[in-house]
Amino acid sequence: MASVAIGEVYKSFGAVEILHGVSVNIEDGEFVTLVGPSGCGKSTLLRMIAGLEKISRGQIAIGERVVNNVAPKERDVAMVFQNYALYPHMTVAENMAFSLMLKGVSKPESDAGVRRAAEILGLVPLLARYPRQLSGGQRQRVAMGRAIVRDPAVFLFDEPLSNLDAKLRVQMRAEIKELHQRLKTTTVYVTHDQIEAMTMADKIVVMHDGIVEQIGPPLELYDRPNNLFVASFIGSPAMNLLRGEIATDGSPSFRGAGGISVPLASALSIPNGEPVVLGIRPEHLRLSDDQGIPVTVAVVEPTGSEVQLIGRTAGGEEIVANFRERHSFTPGETIRLTAEPSLIHLFHGETGQRFQTRTDR
Amino acid sequence: MAVPSAAIQPRSSIFSRILSRWSESRNALGFGFMLPAAALLLVFLTYPLGLGVWLGFTDARIGRPGIFIGIENYEYLWSDAVFWLSVFNTLLYTISASILKFALGLWLALLLNQNLPFKSFFRAIVLLPWVVPTVLSAIAFWWIYDSQFSILSWALMEMGLIDHRINFLGDPENARASVIAANVWRGIPFVAITLLAGLQTIPQSLYEAATLDGASRWQLFRYVTLPLLTPIIAITMTFSVLFTFTDFQLIYVLTRGGPVNATHLMATLSFQRGISGGQLGEGAAIAVAMIPFLLAAILFSYFGLQRRKWQQGGGD
Repeated sequence: MASVAIGEVYKSFGAVEILHGVSVNIEDGEFVTLVGPSGCGKSTLLRMIAGLEKISRGQIAIGERVVNNVAPKERDVAMVFQNYALYPHMTVAENMAFSLMLKGVSKPESDAGVRRAAEILGLVPLLARYPRQLSGGQRQRVAMGRAIVRDPAVFLFDEPLSNLDAKLRVQMRAEIKELHQRLKTTTVYVTHDQIEAMTMADKIVVMHDGIVEQIGPPLELYDRPNNLFVASFIGSPAMNLLRGEIATDGSPSFRGAGGISVPLASALSIPNGEPVVLGIRPEHLRLSDDQGIPVTVAVVEPTGSEVQLIGRTAGGEEIVANFRERHSFTPGETIRLTAEPSLIHLFHGETGQRFQTRTDR
Repeated sequence: MAVPSAAIQPRSSIFSRILSRWSESRNALGFGFMLPAAALLLVFLTYPLGLGVWLGFTDARIGRPGIFIGIENYEYLWSDAVFWLSVFNTLLYTISASILKFALGLWLALLLNQNLPFKSFFRAIVLLPWVVPTVLSAIAFWWIYDSQFSILSWALMEMGLIDHRINFLGDPENARASVIAANVWRGIPFVAITLLAGLQTIPQSLYEAATLDGASRWQLFRYVTLPLLTPIIAITMTFSVLFTFTDFQLIYVLTRGGPVNATHLMATLSFQRGISGGQLGEGAAIAVAMIPFLLAAILFSYFGLQRRKWQQGGGD
């Protein structure tokens, strides 16, 4: 087990710079997900930790050791690939024993190691099979078994669940999390799926266009996104974002397109007329009789546990609201939605950075 | 109006009934579609092969249809030292050339699979010996091996490595080595390009996984590349062996089997006896004698090629 320290790391492929100075500190035993849209550099960063890509600038340390010039096999990391990368000509047992065999571990010792890992993952009945004879979930488990057998300092997962169907993905998600709770090995997990990141991680690193947008525990990212990108990326359905400006004549409020006015918390340090983006999570919107934002109902999606409403403001902006109660709406009708001022997020209209509100401190 | 149409109807309906039954029967339809290909095979493959086998049992000469003489041709060949020499030559030629082609071809394929600058250019260049007509390259080799004007002899003499010209095609041992070298030069592209295609089907992530598992470069080759390449190697080398065993053009242009039959292959001997010498029956018998060897090679690869256990089962 070991911590991982990524310090001001840059990566270029030819003239194209992919990572522009990324710094992340991963504690010993922590489960960290790197999340972001395709092409944000998260997989590249993971491969740099593994040693499969060279570090252009900056440094990566595993434990106390800077590994910039350490060969992959000397780094004591194990990686689970998106396509599993199982050796097709080896049985499950041979796949798992491969690294031990290369290390020169004796046969009985390696058999015992494989058996232990197979028991953890429920692979014992499959040990004599070839990868072709396994289902996607089983292959995924073998790939994890191959990593576990080595008892590495760091586990690296590169979008390991992308090739599985939705149901299996949820199941494997729980299995991986359980495995981490059991083994307590430092884990870096790359995904583009923010739900995966939210549900599994101790700490999430949100990346975008080769930079880190925010690092923090899942709920902190959800409750206090640092900027517009994180606000819109984390959470499903995404946060409602309305453009407008601050009005401080009278009690402070937000004025948006189409004459929308939303009351804000009273202690506000934003000057009058400042352009802002107002953010409200769909589940924080409440129905109101006479005040709040007027919204024309477009689509209603009852899921049983909740009712999701998609509507439009007078300014034409889309608004999504989730209700636990089973309200009934008719498309075309106009309703009014309000939100608790303390649950409202404000972002700078140009930079997209979050305005600190009182609840943040 | 109604009368003639009623008179025609029964006949046309029989036709259309037969036609529709045929077009609806999978077997009849399949048979119909296979006919053109089957006819081609019969005319251009089975007939010549059957004729060759038949000629081997006759004393046919050019311009004179022979009569059946049983296995007399084979009895004669059995006691013919030149025939046995050609068998030895063919085996030596095939085995040594195939081993060299495999080793050099695999090495070349591995090189071309690296990320070299001008990769596609080099891949195209490698194919050249394969693209040039055999007779043309054989003539080029003929000059290279010429006893007077050989560029090899000249170059080695200029470098001071030898003091007299090498008698490439005049000395039995040299001649054998020379034709084998020419065959290897010609055959490498096929092996290299096919193995390169095989190499490219091996996913990069397997190498990455093995690297993280602690494999050295040699171990990557030994445990990932080689086992995954075996099916391709088997099929490539089968074809390579068949081509080499039946080689004719190179020898015919370079040595015509000389000196003193030292480079006579079964194919060239068959041509010499059957066409040049006019003994069609005997020539055919020599050609037929190649069949057991070729069958053995095919069977060997058939059993070697059977899907390995790890390739079986599973959909994707």
